Amino acid sequence: MSFLSLSGIRKSFGGLAVVNDVSLEVARGEFFALLGPSGCGKTTLLRMIAGFETQDNGTITIDGEAMNAVPPHQRPTNMVFQSYAIFPHLNVFDNIAYGLRKRKLPRDALRAKVEAMLATVRLEGLGGRAADQLSGGQRQRVALARALIREPKLLLLDEPLGALDKRLREAMQLELRAIQRQIGITFLLVTHDQEEALSLSDRVAVMESGRILQVAAPRTLYERPNCRQVADFIGEMNFFHATVRQITDAEVTVNAGILGIVTFPRANLAPGITVDQHILLAIRPEHVRFADSGVAGEIADATFLGARSHFHVRVAGRTEPVAVSGHAAPSRGTVHLAFPPDRLIGLPTDD
Amino acid sequence: MKNRGLLFYAFAYLAFLYLPVLVLPVFSFNNSEFIAFPLSGFTTRWYAALASDGAMQHALGNSLKVGIVTALLSTILGLSAARAVTRYRLRGAGAALGFISLPLFIPDIVLGLSLLLLLGAAGLPLSLAAVVLGHLLVCVPFALTVLIARFEGFDRNLDEASADLGEDGWMTFWRVTFPLMLPGIVASLLLTFITSFDEFLLAYFLSGTEATLPVYIWGQLRFPERLPMVLALGAIILGASVGLVILAEYVRNLGARKPMVGA
Repeated sequence: MSFLSLSGIRKSFGGLAVVNDVSLEVARGEFFALLGPSGCGKTTLLRMIAGFETQDNGTITIDGEAMNAVPPHQRPTNMVFQSYAIFPHLNVFDNIAYGLRKRKLPRDALRAKVEAMLATVRLEGLGGRAADQLSGGQRQRVALARALIREPKLLLLDEPLGALDKRLREAMQLELRAIQRQIGITFLLVTHDQEEALSLSDRVAVMESGRILQVAAPRTLYERPNCRQVADFIGEMNFFHATVRQITDAEVTVNAGILGIVTFPRANLAPGITVDQHILLAIRPEHVRFADSGVAGEIADATFLGARSHFHVRVAGRTEPVAVSGHAAPSRGTVHLAFPPDRLIGLPTDD
Repeated sequence: MKNRGLLFYAFAYLAFLYLPVLVLPVFSFNNSEFIAFPLSGFTTRWYAALASDGAMQHALGNSLKVGIVTALLSTILGLSAARAVTRYRLRGAGAALGFISLPLFIPDIVLGLSLLLLLGAAGLPLSLAAVVLGHLLVCVPFALTVLIARFEGFDRNLDEASADLGEDGWMTFWRVTFPLMLPGIVASLLLTFITSFDEFLLAYFLSGTEATLPVYIWGQLRFPERLPMVLALGAIILGASVGLVILAEYVRNLGARKPMVGA
């Protein structure tokens, strides 16, 4: 029995389907991310779980309880808003204590609880600070503390780090992960930032146009995407058109045009693909290697990125240059590219 | 030279605006029944006469009653309408706002006559309640304008955050919406109160035997010997109005310094 369960969720606004038949299972204590470009329906999905929107179809279950008829203020969830939504007329302490009114704690207990939470999010001594005297990172922590102090079964985070600069965002990612491990609550994160999703989460659901494309652990998403969109959205990918020639228990052989006849492990082939089917052969730029022989090409441009360099190599018979990421290019002019078979992935074409 | 001309114009304009108003307090302290220069000495006897004028005090009481009831009602109505049009996507919201604001553009004399006819046709007596109804027509648009401006800077996420933190709609209103709207509410109360307190035409048509203060003052103008007392009353109202406006501005600035959106 999973902890958060979405089944057959649909939602449209003015006739436009924003979330289209989404089903999802999240385990207790998991750090789960909904990843997708803006407008893919991920935020709407989050808002339906929080109760701010009502799904047209489908059921949301949290810890075995159906949420359909439960209003937002009675759901066992709390949310960190993208805008943080810190109450501007209250100081930090009162913002964090806002959701504890109904617990009717004695004054001392309330103070101790809020102080402890301030320590958890590393805001010790800032309880008296006015809301408009906080930096972006501090607001983010207040929003987090205000939600966590209610000890929700499920914490919802809507692009929580989007408003922070890069350095702060990276620091907060580490902290968020540490806090989640420490308190063990299930976190559901919505983000369009693939690095954020991959580095924080136990599992990621990649969404596009209101649908879930793939749900998997970050490494699996990167190494074994199940379709072109996921491969494209997570990192960079080179694609080659190919036709399947033979499938054995261990290996797949395809005719891949300029790459010739290629054989790669069966495990790298997306399920449901049969012989003679037209497929996309995919490989990450960092797996393409410069070699003494192989596919010949010209370096069109090279970008120095510090630890690595990024190259675009023009290859005859192909309009798109091949992206290659490596430590150094052999030389200017003509190069040869090698495509290690165990790094090749076979994906279905879009149609 | 052009600047000097403009400067002269500005001063002449200010003098034209405010000198007549200054005449009021000056003559209210003048020891003569005749409103004419030269001044003939300082007195407070007009203010003393005012203090012992029961009819005048009754009229003042009526005006305060009408003003306070009108201010409260129009602010409550304005608050509900402003929240509705800024928070929800309502069909016909624009048209509704237009209709609510329309009385501002209808001459008061037309409004007054129509209400008089309507009350007569419905068999309702002329009364202070009728005056309040008339004043609501004029005051609700003011309240709405002030409150919509305040609501428009209001982050909708704040309401949702409150619901998320376990409060229902009513408690969210008290703990979030009301405190953040307070400067707007106070400004609306003051503005509508002054509008109602000053209003003459509708009150003249609708008040019947219970005169409000402006109506009472109008009646007193027939008695020249009572004119200095009316001036004294005018001076007091002037002082109180200035005080209220300063208070309203102070409250408004108090609110403006706090950001309205979720920080």
